[in-house]
Amino acid sequence: MDSKLLSYILKRTLLTIVTIWLIITITFFVMNMIPGGPFLSEKAITQEVQDVLNAKYGLDKPLVVQYANYLKNLLHFDFGPSIKLRGREVIEVIMEGFQVSGKIGLMAAGIALVLGVSFGSIAAINRNKLIDNTIMVSTTAFVAMPSFVIGSFLLLLFCVYWQVLPSVGSEPGGLVLPVIALALYPTAYITRLTRSSMLDVLQQDYIRTANAKGVSYVLMIYKHALKNALIPVITYAGPMIAYILTGSLVVEKIFSVPGLGRQFINSITNRDYPLIMGTTIFLATLVVLMTLVSDLMYKVVDPRIDFS
Amino acid sequence: MADNKLDKKVKLYTKPFSFHVNVDSFLPATEEEKRQQILLRESTSFWKDGFHRLWKNKVAMTCVFVLAIIILSVIFIPMVWPYTYDDQLGVNQGYPVDSSYNNLRPLEYGQTELDLIASGESVFPHLFGTDAAGRDYFIRVIYGTRVSLSVGLFASLIVLVIGTIYGSVAGYVGGKVDLFMMRVVDIIYSLPDLLVIILLSVVFNQLFKDALSGTILASLGANMISIFIVFGLLYWVGMARLIRGQILSLKEQDYVLAARSIGASHSRIIRKHLLPNSISVIIISTALQIPSAIFTESFLSFIGLGVAAPMPSLGSLASLALSGVFSYSYRLIIPALFISFIVLSLNLLGDGLRDAFDPKMKA
Repeated sequence: MDSKLLSYILKRTLLTIVTIWLIITITFFVMNMIPGGPFLSEKAITQEVQDVLNAKYGLDKPLVVQYANYLKNLLHFDFGPSIKLRGREVIEVIMEGFQVSGKIGLMAAGIALVLGVSFGSIAAINRNKLIDNTIMVSTTAFVAMPSFVIGSFLLLLFCVYWQVLPSVGSEPGGLVLPVIALALYPTAYITRLTRSSMLDVLQQDYIRTANAKGVSYVLMIYKHALKNALIPVITYAGPMIAYILTGSLVVEKIFSVPGLGRQFINSITNRDYPLIMGTTIFLATLVVLMTLVSDLMYKVVDPRIDFS
Repeated sequence: MADNKLDKKVKLYTKPFSFHVNVDSFLPATEEEKRQQILLRESTSFWKDGFHRLWKNKVAMTCVFVLAIIILSVIFIPMVWPYTYDDQLGVNQGYPVDSSYNNLRPLEYGQTELDLIASGESVFPHLFGTDAAGRDYFIRVIYGTRVSLSVGLFASLIVLVIGTIYGSVAGYVGGKVDLFMMRVVDIIYSLPDLLVIILLSVVFNQLFKDALSGTILASLGANMISIFIVFGLLYWVGMARLIRGQILSLKEQDYVLAARSIGASHSRIIRKHLLPNSISVIIISTALQIPSAIFTESFLSFIGLGVAAPMPSLGSLASLALSGVFSYSYRLIIPALFISFIVLSLNLLGDGLRDAFDPKMKA
């Protein structure tokens, strides 16, 4: 590993840490801008009770001290207690929701990768033929549909008209539709990405060389073309995770999945500030870390890339 | 005449190596020389050339047509339509609420309207029926499209202005300033945008709610304002990066040096020389920014952070329709189709603009 690569990794990691810190800071101060504080919605609260509550949660101290405390607690993954869900820690709520959401998200990401790469390669190999055109038209359509439209249509088709799958995520088989709804957009995107990079690779000299020396077609596609065509797909991993996470907010609402996304929406409507802060920081950190990983992978996998 | 000129030439061209200015060069052009200057074909301008290419692109022109129809109808239909987006048809001053107007199916009529029809009068039909509160659904969809489109347009304008200014300053000044400005861009770029938008919408909604009441902006709602603010804060970075890259390569060109040597100010060089030359990048990325803004707005409206009720947006219409999806599925399908068509046509139009205006695409 040369020093240029190392310094790139270092720079990129530092930038990520700054970003995460920035997210925490923005979240903290923005949340504190809300007038009245978190206990305002409680009805008929006396001044003494208010003071006690403030003291209990450390809200009577100056903002800077609160900020320092919050940062210190975050280092121990302590997001504080939820205000609306009595007696529960924010981190518990997050972890509980994330188990469900993470499962759906991983499945969706896996499906999107496998299907997207396959469809993209098939389209590129059969360029300008019927199958390529079909794939391109349908991916163009799917890329233009917001996640809530895709989710709603799936719900209509499978739960209302055909009634073959449950519309509630907690029932058995209920996760099928949320996973499909989440996977469609990234699948379409990866298909287009793979197709264009595959078309590029197929015109390279080394493919002609492989052809000339009599490598079998299947072997050439797998070993020579696909390997190189997949490099741009790696960069999409970060944005894809981000899409799946935010998409799950909508999809979980549509299919009533008890995941992190629905918890987040609920915390927004309930104005449960510690939970909003905790979830935002958790999700944002996840996205930023995934972007870092995919960026680094990209640079490591393709040695031709210039680091300057 | 010709002989006369030839004589002059011979006479003047006597000392080839002297330092005297060769007066021959300053003689009036002959007819033949003038004829050489006539162009075979009229030179085409950047815009003419680009629109010519766009005109020939069938897909893009279809999208322009679809968008034109949509835009014209969201502007003019509300002027002539007999119902408004917040008019609860079953509610009349001095009468009990007429619930026969709620949840009408397409082309059905409410009780008093049926009476009117029975007495021989004509009543304007409810094309898409009415919603749960007895509001004409067609006009709500039209208003929702209006909101979504204008959010897309204004948000892209904000992005365009901020991104262009920031990017051109960073690219033009260069050096440490550029390095610092681009670090800021890198950090903002890596923020997960939707999460930050959600966060800021929650907060701005609380902050602006009281300040807004009574002003014109109130009908838009605090959420809309915060969407614009967030676009202003976050989404310009992509544009800034693009513009900076353009300016960086363009500022080394000779015409910039020429402009500087005759004393043009920095802002004049940016405005008159650098930005017009990066116009293709600006057009293309602005066009592609609009659908992404519409996506974001509909997403936020869908999770309940968009425009303030009763003002509809396509996202909030879909969200409301979800609760009655088993009986009134068309109420979900209509706004969903509208938004998909708009985004699809804008995407394809953006691709068409790229093909037409990107100099690298020219064969």
